[in-house]
Amino acid sequence: MNDAAPVNELESLDPATETAIARDLTRRAIWVAPAFLLVGLLGWGLDGLLSSALALVLVAVNFRLGAAIITRAAQISINALYGAVLGGYVARLALMTAVVLVVKAVGLLATVPFAITLLVTHLGLLAWESRHVAMTLAAPGLKPTK
Amino acid sequence: MLNVLAQTAAGEMLEGLKAIGAGLGYGLAAIGPGVGIGTVVGNAISSMARQPESAGMVRTTMFLGIAFTEALALIGFVVFILLMP
Repeated sequence: MNDAAPVNELESLDPATETAIARDLTRRAIWVAPAFLLVGLLGWGLDGLLSSALALVLVAVNFRLGAAIITRAAQISINALYGAVLGGYVARLALMTAVVLVVKAVGLLATVPFAITLLVTHLGLLAWESRHVAMTLAAPGLKPTK
Repeated sequence: MLNVLAQTAAGEMLEGLKAIGAGLGYGLAAIGPGVGIGTVVGNAISSMARQPESAGMVRTTMFLGIAFTEALALIGFVVFILLMP
């Protein structure tokens, strides 16, 4: 007899790990936020500060939204997961584009600090998190308690 | 059509071409990550179907893989923002 768990029981077997990762990423984004905000303020004035803040918020919301979509879809089925991830990718890009175009139309967007903060934060936080995840997956005993 | 183009100021034409280039660049830059995310998720689903007990680890790796792949689309997005008139 096949005693493997049915695929629709994935959610009951494992906690929403991606939500925990997104929470970690958001917490670390808050840690590094003052540095980016300061650079934006000193280099580009108030627009730079707002643009850096917008980029940080977009990165954090993007991670949290992506994780929420995966968690919700995994509770439904594996097929829903596939569709939701790909649909979510397009939807999140569209949302990000819409927000930035609106802010740009208002005239508050300083493109250079926004671009720097968006890319550096996204890649930097991911590299930081993946280092932590790799360590905890390889040696679960090293997993931090808080 | 040619008359309309001839009456258009050179600056306006340049702005229009910039906008078209920015939109095309963003669209093309989003294709690669779309294919990449499809590959990542497809393989993750295959792994979860074969070994449901490893779903947590697979989903962790999948989420990070998706986020890394998405960085390519963000680069396209940034170029779009920089080029937009």
